[in-house]
Amino acid sequence: MNLRGMWAIYSFEMSRTKRTITQSVVSPVLSTVLYFVVFGGAIGSRIESVGGISYGAFIVPGLIMLSIMTQSLSNASFGIYFPRFSGTIYEVLSSPMSFWEATAGYVGAAATKSLLIGLITLATAGFFVPIEIAHPFWMLAFLVLTTITFSLFGFLIGIWADGFEKLQLIPLLVVTPMVFLGGAFYSIDMLPSAWQTVTMFNPVVYLISGFRWSFYEISDVSVGVSLGMITLFMGICLALISWIFKTGYRLKQ
Amino acid sequence: MIEITNLRKQYASGFVALDDINLKVNKGEILALLGPNGAGKTTLISIICGIVNPSSGAVTVGGFDIIKNYRQTRSLIGLVPQELTTDAFETPWNNLTFSRGLFGLPKNPQMVEKVLKDLSLWDKKDDRIMTLSGGMKRRLLIGKALVHEPQVLFLDEPTAGVDVSLRQDMWRMVDELRNQGVTIVLTTHYIEEAEAIADRIGVISGGKLLLVEDKKLLMSRMGQKQLKVELMERLDALPTELAERGFMLNEDSLSIVYHYDKDTPEVDIAGLLQSVASAGLGVKDIHTQQSSLEEIFVDLVEDAA
Repeated sequence: MNLRGMWAIYSFEMSRTKRTITQSVVSPVLSTVLYFVVFGGAIGSRIESVGGISYGAFIVPGLIMLSIMTQSLSNASFGIYFPRFSGTIYEVLSSPMSFWEATAGYVGAAATKSLLIGLITLATAGFFVPIEIAHPFWMLAFLVLTTITFSLFGFLIGIWADGFEKLQLIPLLVVTPMVFLGGAFYSIDMLPSAWQTVTMFNPVVYLISGFRWSFYEISDVSVGVSLGMITLFMGICLALISWIFKTGYRLKQ
Repeated sequence: MIEITNLRKQYASGFVALDDINLKVNKGEILALLGPNGAGKTTLISIICGIVNPSSGAVTVGGFDIIKNYRQTRSLIGLVPQELTTDAFETPWNNLTFSRGLFGLPKNPQMVEKVLKDLSLWDKKDDRIMTLSGGMKRRLLIGKALVHEPQVLFLDEPTAGVDVSLRQDMWRMVDELRNQGVTIVLTTHYIEEAEAIADRIGVISGGKLLLVEDKKLLMSRMGQKQLKVELMERLDALPTELAERGFMLNEDSLSIVYHYDKDTPEVDIAGLLQSVASAGLGVKDIHTQQSSLEEIFVDLVEDAA
């Protein structure tokens, strides 16, 4: 196994984060913190508690999920798309690395960045709303699994995209609405019953629900189902990457 | 060092980029691949380096198969691509360190320093690559290919768009690498480049390898010589006796030429000149010229077309 090669890609990507720290870390953390201030501090005080949790605290897990999902997607998709766009991908393709090793380097870096953003956001949220974490291990497990899974998804988008517009297409038009409608700001049982049924087709619901359970032990679906869904999503991403590895889709002619 | 057997590449569009290529490249030699645009030179290199998938055929590097033993083959290879593809926001130092890491090698600041100094990039080591000139970027790409100490170096049109001074520097560097035992395959449009540094010449056109031959043998085998006699006065018509000896009158009517193979033993230059004198023509100057590699190349490609 070419561990040094994986580390080279990982370090290279992390070094890009350091160079662009404002855009990569400060900006997404600030955006999420503004949600806490507006929905948690200003509006939240006028909203009833949800499941016995103050609204400000209730939305914290969902907002962290919103942040790490979108950041994982954009970090990983840009990480692989830019070398394709600039042509520097030739160096990775001609190096003695397997496709899986290269994927681990790019996805690992994207997931690390998102995890960092998630943890900073969580720490910052503590200044605005009271937070309890009932199951720290599962909280971290959901955080890590989600960053890896969405980084894999972003990696796929970065390989599929043949222009900057396509790079933004799925994150903006598909994933962001799914996250907003996935229970980040509300509990599913607050919806009319018909919409509750529709919402259950949104995979993000399961991720936010499981993550929120790790904080407050309240969830829209059982934790086992949440874990199953994230594992299934990760499996689909890995299967697609495996197919790319075999066919060379968009990477090798 | 490199063995290519029945290699074929057909793209999804149906375009056949390489058709039944067979080629052996010996250890420590410099092979220049000549060919017009779209001939298949870059596709051939890209397949060997692992960037393009072959449709059929086999390639080995150092005895290892490029598909089954890709780690071994790619470890042996350094590639300088045709395009100036660099990470604009990175520094040369970081970029070379990254390249070395990709090949699974530990950090070696001394090696990175040596490569940067050899390529006259040392004083630019901490500058962003986007601020470097085109020639410096080209040198950086060479550095990236050399920093993992490859045994085989592919140079895909390395001197395209670089000035004469840098081109000569590169030729010197290639010569030094050859002395160190590195096998070099270069593609080029510049015939004089192949003529100056290659041991063997391969000519590709339309995805087919038209020939591969020792440069000197090729030039002597295919090189035509020309005896040109410049006349004191304009000649309206070539005297019959000179036409019978094989002379031709040039369009300028101020010179006559005689074509012959360099190695043809029976060419009687003295007799030819005697016949010119006997015809009563005043001779201003005489010179011979051997056809260049460029003329040989053009002839081959035109014949294949």
